[in-house]
Amino acid sequence: MLAPTEDGDGVTRPAWAPREVDIDRPSAARVYDYYLGGSHNFAVDREMARQAIADWPDLPRIMQGNRAFMRRAVRYCSAQGIDQFLDIGSGIPTAGNVHEVAREENPEARVVYVDVDPVAVAHARALLEGDERTGVVRADLCDVDAVLDDAAVRAVLDLDRPVALLAVALLHFVGDDRRPAEVLARYRDALAPGSHLVLSHATADGVPERVDDHVALYRRTDTPMSMRSHAEVLRFFDGFSLVEPGLVYFALWRPDDPVGDRPERSPGYAGVGRRD
Amino acid sequence: MTEIRTFSATGAVVTAADANAVDVLAREWAAEVEGTSYVPMGSDELVEYLTEITADLVAALRARPIRTEVGHDAGRRLVHAHFTGPSTVERTLMLLAARIPDLLGEAVRADVLALVGALAAGYATTLRDRTLDEQEAIRRAVIVARHQTEQALHASEARFRAMFYEAAIGIGLGDMQGRIVEVNPALTQMFGYTAQEMRRLTVGEMAHPEDLPSVWVLYERLLAGEVDNFRVEKRFYRKDGEEIICNLTCSLVRDERGRPSYQVAMLEDVTERHELQSHLEYQAYHDTLTTLPNRALFSDRVDRIFATTPPGSTRRVGLCFLDLDGFKAVNDSLGHEVGDSMLQAVADRLAEQAADGELVARMGGDEFVVLVENSRGVEQLIALAERILAALAVPLELAGQELTVSASIGIVERPVVGGDPSELMRAADITLYSAKADGRGRWALHDPHRDEAEITRFALSAAMPAAIEREEFFVLYQPLVSMADHGMRGVEALVRWHHPRLGVLGPGRFIGLAEETGAIVPLGHWVLARACRDARRWYDEFGEDAPFVSVNVAPRQLHEPSLLADVEQVLAETGLPARLLQIELTERALTTDEGAPLKTLDGLRALGVRIAIDDFGTGYSSLSYLRTLPVDVIKLDGSFGERLRAEEVSDTVDERIVATLVDLGHALGMTVCAEGVETSAQAGRLRRLGCDEGQGWLFAAALPREDIGDVLRDPDAPSWPGPAEPDADRASSSSS
Repeated sequence: MLAPTEDGDGVTRPAWAPREVDIDRPSAARVYDYYLGGSHNFAVDREMARQAIADWPDLPRIMQGNRAFMRRAVRYCSAQGIDQFLDIGSGIPTAGNVHEVAREENPEARVVYVDVDPVAVAHARALLEGDERTGVVRADLCDVDAVLDDAAVRAVLDLDRPVALLAVALLHFVGDDRRPAEVLARYRDALAPGSHLVLSHATADGVPERVDDHVALYRRTDTPMSMRSHAEVLRFFDGFSLVEPGLVYFALWRPDDPVGDRPERSPGYAGVGRRD
Repeated sequence: MTEIRTFSATGAVVTAADANAVDVLAREWAAEVEGTSYVPMGSDELVEYLTEITADLVAALRARPIRTEVGHDAGRRLVHAHFTGPSTVERTLMLLAARIPDLLGEAVRADVLALVGALAAGYATTLRDRTLDEQEAIRRAVIVARHQTEQALHASEARFRAMFYEAAIGIGLGDMQGRIVEVNPALTQMFGYTAQEMRRLTVGEMAHPEDLPSVWVLYERLLAGEVDNFRVEKRFYRKDGEEIICNLTCSLVRDERGRPSYQVAMLEDVTERHELQSHLEYQAYHDTLTTLPNRALFSDRVDRIFATTPPGSTRRVGLCFLDLDGFKAVNDSLGHEVGDSMLQAVADRLAEQAADGELVARMGGDEFVVLVENSRGVEQLIALAERILAALAVPLELAGQELTVSASIGIVERPVVGGDPSELMRAADITLYSAKADGRGRWALHDPHRDEAEITRFALSAAMPAAIEREEFFVLYQPLVSMADHGMRGVEALVRWHHPRLGVLGPGRFIGLAEETGAIVPLGHWVLARACRDARRWYDEFGEDAPFVSVNVAPRQLHEPSLLADVEQVLAETGLPARLLQIELTERALTTDEGAPLKTLDGLRALGVRIAIDDFGTGYSSLSYLRTLPVDVIKLDGSFGERLRAEEVSDTVDERIVATLVDLGHALGMTVCAEGVETSAQAGRLRRLGCDEGQGWLFAAALPREDIGDVLRDPDAPSWPGPAEPDADRASSSSS
């Protein structure tokens, strides 16, 4: 049986047909870019982002906080001697990308960016053209084999050595029906011992009243959101040993500066785990 | 010299006092803008970055004339560090305009405004350029992505299109109204329509009169979304009207919300496979020579009749089992080709006589059967048999000559309930056998009462040739004694059949059959050889005291030209002296034909073999004829002695008859032997009447070879071993 799926405009499309590039719908990657002050976005993205910010003025700060966690986590991994990074759901390359952060520590660091958004991937490729130690892959997170067997991944990364797998602000765009925990487990099994998982995830813990509207807003995109509790996010670390301070609000994860009160104002969990 | 401080990044040089102002200002500035934009820096890095800019700004203010382009550059550097948030520039401008005069003195206020204005302009210009660049980059990315997607879509579509067009299987796409919207070449070829013509058809027009209703029920359920697919074998008409058979798989394609949106049909043409299968089936169930159904099909049909008829049914079944008379002779004399033509012609005539519900089959060889699956009664079968015999009576034109053919038919007609296929066939076999026995060109009706005897006779005669080869037969010996002293002179060889199922059978059960079937010839030869071998052993052991052995020879054997040679050969092989062999013949065997037997008998006598007439007195030969026969011994039939058994015999007629026969024998120089001697009174009388030898229970029953040896070794033993199986023996003493 052919399994048709439906694009946003209601046209049925066989599963084997590639998804059309549609800039009439907001994209999570471009909205994120806007939150961070970028201009890699279109009116439809900005409109959605502005509405989100109007509802929840803290959003840009939350996004910055998440981005700052990523930067600290990459530095942490580099300090552990890791020089290979697989950033899944990398989105639109904004200031402070993984390879930039990593290379502050180790100029030889190698990074592969993976995203399903064709525009984000095309943009990343344009940006990184000529950089032999980076690669850009268009693939779905859940298609583990497609990611790990991709020529760019194989060319840039040595999977027999430890890799930092980044799933930053990613899995809240993956519903339970797609079994994200099993997907992560498959990556885990494919990675060499000593590899790290860097993960952050939106949660409704602490700010339930805000989250409902926000989740509703993201239904406009191809990537609706699934908020998860602390326990649910913790499951993603099965098979990894969480490093200090564990799975915490991301402002609390090895901060550079003293943290202000109410860290739950940035309602996302972050953690780094090591595969032994 | 005033103390100065140089900032490493840009090389800005300021006084120590201004340096303090730079530090204060940079910290305040960092605090003011932190969090207003996403800047990938930690707090310390931020302060450091802003300190550099602040130092340049201060140095520019101190220059004469002031260097406003540094303000412009500061604006650019803020954008580069990703200070793109709107409130960043607002807070920056307010802070610098207010705090620089505070820290450096009111004198710089006007210059500060000029510098801050330049910063705002530089910031705006850079941000505008950056925004435009990023917009261009993202649009370019969209174009690239679209292009790649289109290419991928093209490649993907091309692949699937190729699959659709090149598929060997026929594929058709229909909408939910049953209109055919797309077909592939395999499908158009299968149906002989062009694609355009097919697209004008509806699924409903694909119906075939032989479609099972269930096919269309399934189809309706598919359209209703109740089933997602189904698979059937279905017939279709091609455009040219020819029929094809297809494996059809229909699938429902649903949209993302699960609503039925298309139907896909996949068709595989299995017509040839079907034809091959039917051909093979036809071959398996038909006789290639006559094209009639064969034994397998007939058996299936019969099995089905018995399997499908419910208990209590009054259904009747009948069959005519038919076998050509003398077909072997046709084959032998005219050749197999004529034989085959005859079978074909017979098959045609049989087929013509069969009505609906009557199955004509060739069972093999020259056997045919007509099965009446629902018999109306025995009259129907008899009428059928007579029609068949009449049809066959018309001479056949074969190989340029007129040939007549006749057949014997066994008819069985009976209720289905209470019977089974093998019983039906056995009855048919037996009935055909009796039809044949009655003569050619006849039918016989199955008679259940005649069954058992017939079955046994039939089975025994059929089993005999193999039984001879397997040596299921064995020989017993009944002593022939001297009436004078009761000493053993010879033994009569009596054959028995150790039947694997029926036990030991006496000759009465099978000798007649063996004569009918001709099996008597090999059997007789076997008995002769066996008896001569045993006699030779006695001869070896007892020499001149050894008994002779008397072997029965049937009329049919006597007419075998090879009998004399056979006897000669057996004697030679066993080394038995000819005088120790006696051949017993029945009176009938000697009177039916005058030529050949006499010559054979003369030959046997010339060898030294003695000839005895068995059962003398039961035939109708004239006594005068006896003198012309080359005979050495007459054996008086047991019936003559029957009335001489009692202690007192009142009527002397029997005595006188026996006395006459004895005198006659003696007058011709023959030895006279009395059969059936059972009492000593009888023995005494027979002895007084002149009988030379006697045979019967009084002396001994038929004994195994070993027992004969024992008797010879100890002739004075009080009694000889008794009869092993009196019934068989009693029968033998009169019939063998």
